Amino acid sequence: MDLIASHISHRFGDLAVLDDVSFTVGAGEVVAIVGPSGCGKSTLLSILGGLLQPTSGAPELRGAPPADSLNPLTFVFQDFALLPWATVEENVGFPLLHTQLSAAQRRALVEDALRRTGLTDFRQTYPKQLSGGMRQRVGISRALAVRPAILLMDEPLSALDSQTRELLMEDFIRLLADGGMGAVYVTHNLKEAVRLADRIVVLSRRPGRIREVVTVPMARATRGEAAAREKLLVLQNQIWSLIRNEAIDAEREVQHA
Amino acid sequence: MLDRAATDTAKNEATRPVRFRGAGFVPASSRYGGWIALGLLIAIWQAAGSAGLVNALFLPTPSAIVRAIYQLAVSGALWQHVSASLLRIGVGWLLGTAAGIAVGFAIGLSRLARSVGITFISALFPIPKIALLPLLILWLGIGEEPKIATIALGVFFSTAISVYSGVDAVPRNLIRMAQSFNVPFATIVRKVIWPGALPAILAGFRITASVALLLVVSAEMIGAQYGIGAFVLQAGNLMQTDQLLAGVVILSVFGLAVGKVIGWLEMRLLHWR
Repeated sequence: MDLIASHISHRFGDLAVLDDVSFTVGAGEVVAIVGPSGCGKSTLLSILGGLLQPTSGAPELRGAPPADSLNPLTFVFQDFALLPWATVEENVGFPLLHTQLSAAQRRALVEDALRRTGLTDFRQTYPKQLSGGMRQRVGISRALAVRPAILLMDEPLSALDSQTRELLMEDFIRLLADGGMGAVYVTHNLKEAVRLADRIVVLSRRPGRIREVVTVPMARATRGEAAAREKLLVLQNQIWSLIRNEAIDAEREVQHA
Repeated sequence: MLDRAATDTAKNEATRPVRFRGAGFVPASSRYGGWIALGLLIAIWQAAGSAGLVNALFLPTPSAIVRAIYQLAVSGALWQHVSASLLRIGVGWLLGTAAGIAVGFAIGLSRLARSVGITFISALFPIPKIALLPLLILWLGIGEEPKIATIALGVFFSTAISVYSGVDAVPRNLIRMAQSFNVPFATIVRKVIWPGALPAILAGFRITASVALLLVVSAEMIGAQYGIGAFVLQAGNLMQTDQLLAGVVILSVFGLAVGKVIGWLEMRLLHWR
């Protein structure tokens, strides 16, 4: 199943946020979206996932989702969006409650999702008892439980400290390794983008337009190696040079009240 | 790494501790302090009464009040009055709460209900509900109904307001999360909005319990044969101040008990906080 952004533009009142953004995320592909602050990255992701109606253009799907997928487009949120009154297990099982699955099937899906994120021993824990990294693992586990075709990740690591980010990045690489699941990964962190993505969509400053689409010419599995790191750093700097001046302007801009 | 030379020259001087300045502003309540103070006050009161410093007609001693409560209990009058008040509070509070929760949720979830409901609530909430009792008596007769209706009205408005504020306060990101998993509306209400609004709803119960107590006493003072309010008024008219204060103590115990029940509910239902 492909996810297509087709001429998406969006305005919040008088403020133009996105301007004619088009690209395609192929099956199993990981596309990062980067750009200066306020360029509409998160807005674009909300539109792609059907949580926000664009002013013009539309998100589209092509091809059938995998047969076992319960929610082909599944979000992982920056602030985790966990139910504080529910245990880890209940949070992961929450998106299955309204499905036609039997209790045993639901349990099996939750079990599998907990295992893949290393949360099996934390099933009875409440979110407030967990560290930020573990909370986001619950968010990821919940997403995995519904067997997504494409993960929509909205700065999933930006609320975490740098060591935890590193550990979760390794989790992402592992989860996306077999190509069964694609992802749209919104981030302001270029290091994460070059580490994870097959392609990187670089947006301009608001209103966000596509400035460039950069392909990362390396298999994800090999990017941790020393030789690869150098190349990735070069790529990262290239992208930074595309964004830098606009990031300066964006940062100095007076906020609209 | 800054100015290494300067530190070196100072090395031989005597050291002095950095003064601690982070003290205070963390009042911890001691477990028995309040009870000791209360006990002390009662003891002084009793002593002043026993020594004849205070006229027993204006302020009977604590022991006289306890005796009055005991006699009321033995004679069966206590239960007669308390049960009449409890019935009115119970029925009135339940009706007002049920309606308040329903209307509060409607206002929290529907645009139409919000625009209509908030206008009506803003207009009617400030009316002291006891002022409506004479009208309610005209409508409903002189039985239990007007008293119960007064309590229900008072409870209804406070509940509706705390419920819709609670619904409004449910984090939008949780609702978006549920929508992103195609969770149907009814399940979002049941599994996200209800538990999310529950802290505000329970906090509202504390307020409505005291509203109900206030209104039952007022209503019983206006027109009732039995009930704590009627009893207190009667005792006042007969200058039986020990009986009067016995009634006040019973009301205070009732208020404390309700507070405990709500505290227990909060502990059970909101343990995740």
